[in-house]
Amino acid sequence: MSSIAMPTTKTWISARDHSDSLRPLALAAPLLLLLLFSFGAPIVALLSRAVYEPTIANALPLTIAALRQDSGAGVPDEAVFRAFAIDLKDGQAAGTVYEFAKNLNTRLPGARSQVLRVARLAAQDQAITKEAMIKAAPLLGEEKSWSAIRVGTNRFTSFFLLSAFDLRWTGQWTIGAVPADQAVFLRVFGRTFLIATLVTLATLALAFPLAYLMTNLRPAMAAIVLVLVLLPFWTSILVRTAAWTVILQKYGILNDLMLWLGVTSDRIELMYSRTGLIIAMTHIQLPFTLLPIYSVMRSVQPSQLRAAQSLGGRPFTVFRRIYLPQVMPGVLAGCLLTFILCLGYYITPVLIGGASDQLISNFIANYVNAELNWEMAAALSFVLLASTLGLYITMTRYLGLDLFKMG
Amino acid sequence: MKSVCRTNLLALAGAAIICQLQPVGAEELTIMATGGAWQAALRQAWFEPFAKKAGVKFNEQEYTGELGKIKAMVETGNVPIDLVTVETSTVLQGCDAGVLIRIDYSKVADRSRFLPGTALDCGVGIDVYGDVLAYDTTVLKEAPTSVLDIFDTKKFPGKRAMRKAPAQNLEWALMADGVPIAEVYKVLGTPDGVDRAFKKLDTIKKDIVWWDAGAQPPQLLASKEVVMTTAWNGRIQSAIDQDKRPFAIVWDNQIVEYDMIAIPKGAKNLDLAYKYLAYVAQPDVGAQLGRFIPYGPVLSDSTPFVPKDVLPKLPTAPDHMKNYLVGDVEFWGDHGEDLVKRFNAWLAQ
Amino acid sequence: MLLSPYPTNAERIRVAALWFWCVLVLIFLVVPIFVPVPLSFNSGSFFTFPLAGVSTRWYEVVLGTPRWRAAIGNSLLIGFGTTILATVLGTLTAIGLSDPKFPGRRFVVPLLISPLIVPVVVTAVGTYLFYARIGLANTYGGIILAHTVLASPFVVVTVSASLAGFDRNLMRATSILGAKPLTGFLRVMLPLILPGVLSGAAFAFVTSFDEVVVVQFLANAQQRTLPLEMFTGLREQLSPAITAAATLMMGLSILLLIVANLLARRSRKNAGAASE
Repeated sequence: MSSIAMPTTKTWISARDHSDSLRPLALAAPLLLLLLFSFGAPIVALLSRAVYEPTIANALPLTIAALRQDSGAGVPDEAVFRAFAIDLKDGQAAGTVYEFAKNLNTRLPGARSQVLRVARLAAQDQAITKEAMIKAAPLLGEEKSWSAIRVGTNRFTSFFLLSAFDLRWTGQWTIGAVPADQAVFLRVFGRTFLIATLVTLATLALAFPLAYLMTNLRPAMAAIVLVLVLLPFWTSILVRTAAWTVILQKYGILNDLMLWLGVTSDRIELMYSRTGLIIAMTHIQLPFTLLPIYSVMRSVQPSQLRAAQSLGGRPFTVFRRIYLPQVMPGVLAGCLLTFILCLGYYITPVLIGGASDQLISNFIANYVNAELNWEMAAALSFVLLASTLGLYITMTRYLGLDLFKMG
Repeated sequence: MKSVCRTNLLALAGAAIICQLQPVGAEELTIMATGGAWQAALRQAWFEPFAKKAGVKFNEQEYTGELGKIKAMVETGNVPIDLVTVETSTVLQGCDAGVLIRIDYSKVADRSRFLPGTALDCGVGIDVYGDVLAYDTTVLKEAPTSVLDIFDTKKFPGKRAMRKAPAQNLEWALMADGVPIAEVYKVLGTPDGVDRAFKKLDTIKKDIVWWDAGAQPPQLLASKEVVMTTAWNGRIQSAIDQDKRPFAIVWDNQIVEYDMIAIPKGAKNLDLAYKYLAYVAQPDVGAQLGRFIPYGPVLSDSTPFVPKDVLPKLPTAPDHMKNYLVGDVEFWGDHGEDLVKRFNAWLAQ
Repeated sequence: MLLSPYPTNAERIRVAALWFWCVLVLIFLVVPIFVPVPLSFNSGSFFTFPLAGVSTRWYEVVLGTPRWRAAIGNSLLIGFGTTILATVLGTLTAIGLSDPKFPGRRFVVPLLISPLIVPVVVTAVGTYLFYARIGLANTYGGIILAHTVLASPFVVVTVSASLAGFDRNLMRATSILGAKPLTGFLRVMLPLILPGVLSGAAFAFVTSFDEVVVVQFLANAQQRTLPLEMFTGLREQLSPAITAAATLMMGLSILLLIVANLLARRSRKNAGAASE
């Protein structure tokens, strides 16, 4: 490659004075600063909610103090209950009790209405007893409730991050799996990565030959093909997804065509299936894989290939040894782009995928918009971001791949 | 125009932002609703008459019905919205998350005039709709007679569609499994009851197509992708009335739900927002919406004002109220998060 | 060009197979794009063939209502604003990064690809919370900036891929020959990496043009974009109006691409004439 002709990086740096490294930095600075301030900082602030959750601690100042006096592990004594009642009464007056109840409900399903009931009672009756409180809220008489409250009073929490891995604290020092009927995220992460991989491979199989053909066409023809490739970009994803619905549905175009051709004897279910989803995602991602490959292929000198062939190289050998290494940056850039973008899909899975084809972004969007549980959304996003970055760094480290390959 | 922050693109490059607040002239009220035919009906029935009567400017925005955006507004203390339409379960979430204010009913109307469950702490009911069963009469030779027929794959083979959410489906599953309507939420509150509901749903799981958006059920019927679907009655009615589709609605065992309106915390035109709520809560005004979309009034004294030809299409028509369940907001506030998680895990299996 | 001057039979078969496969790929790529076209003439309000009847009803909706026209205008404004900003910033960054002396690449690269990975709804909330505090929420500038954050990584990636094949010695040669850096860039580097820059620009445009989530948070009623219009409508009514809008946009794009092609060919001819 081109770097062969150049001195090694090390001698470059030592040969030049220090100020030379400032120019490339200055070129990149505007974008990096924009990313750092208007993306990096706000996202870090938002993701930190996955571990910092002060709602319960803020709602129960007196209870926390009382719990510190009460050394036992199980259901605490009358004093703690009295403090709890005052905290709830204050929360009721300040309007913060709802947020506390919702938050506790996440850790202790069913707690919401019981806590609100006790809060209403406490607001009316200053001297409410432990017994009366447990009568109104049976959960308060249970050991697991108080361990949930004790854990919740810590402002820093591992609850959401553990939940993202379908884990939870089962004792003071032990971590275990959540019940099987609640375990969902690991499976969804696995599915997301699987579908992204399949779509990436599919787009590569379709894009590579086409890009190769395009580089070898007459300019006018190549331009026409390029127009066809770019055309989907002018059609919104929503419209393309709707178009796939029309094609894939049971009485849709594809089924009609296959019946007419005699490929199938019965209408097959393509909508709301993983096959349908992968077809539609492949279609949407195809240009993303193709364009980087094409732009690199165009810069390969055909004379090199001819030289290799004239020197007796067999076509496959020439392709593998000469051509492939040169177009590899484009192939990797295209594939990595598509892979990473696939991880974030969520409109297409909703409209075309079946119930078992929903990806992690669907869950994250649901927590942000519908459940208003930003802590859980932050935890899942953090896991997605960390695992993808980890994967990327591993690939660059061990396979020498890089989206931002040096010249 | 509302007070809009103007940014100068050139100045922006230097990271300097010029933000001009323009003086506000006439009184304005900004509402955020979920769009489409329903919002158009709201506009004709209530927004425009109120704007004229009160001499205010009515701004409309649209959103997807989820509170994420409003939560973000409330957190930054910049809330350009005065009113927002929401589903019942969303009211509860918004209330708990401190996103919606608690309504001062002394400024709206006597709380007892509302149907039970429609005057919530943080939201005021505006209409009644039904979760019903719909089918294409040209596809099904024999008509289903109850929503619960969706569980009968022998008599009605083929794909059927349900909303991708545990709410309503779990209730119907228990009803189909023989639980009396009055005990549905009691049974569903126990772990055994939840298991029982999921077991019933298991029997038709492989035949279910799940829908998310309200526009999907009529589309699924029109494309013959499914033989029957659960749906919101208004969507099916408009496909029948406006698009002349041969669809029919099954009302027996419908689940009655309410649309709500709420005020986000930090709304700037609070007094005007309350004035609007009080306006809509008048018996004759409250009945107006039915003229534009077949959803019923939430005020017990509005019924006489509903036009005669609209009444039979409403979920609250006497014929439709023989067997019905009212969605329990409190129940879903307690168990919603848990059941949604379990439902998602169940779907993924 | 695919075939050598004296092709063998095996070579002929390979090329024929390549053509066959590529035609299939093109059909796969293009046919679904044209499916909405006939649907946009549907007189009914559903997405089904056969059509209920032929009418221009949905075109009247799209072209006749100020809402739709404003939405198309907003989408184009935000799309082109984003494309220009992201392409300039992204190309500069890629050139800087391609320099072996670039300090701290290890920290820069995660920052660059994170906007692609972080779920866009999380980006939307984070951006909103930040922009609302500095007065950028509900402004065109704010939406363009937010879209630039999402779009510029594409430009950096595609330009970097092109730069991988670029011989830096060429730039040294230009400077030795006395050219200013800018001249060297415009005359030597840019023409060589242009395919990468242009495909980056295409990605940037489509990123902005398809984006609904960030817009949902950052835009007010005046800044409603085409996808947002479709997306909010989806809940109520999946009307063929969106296919009419899509068809119009596609017609416009084909027209633009043809004009651009003609212009490019003319300038190439002129350049050819000048060099002769």
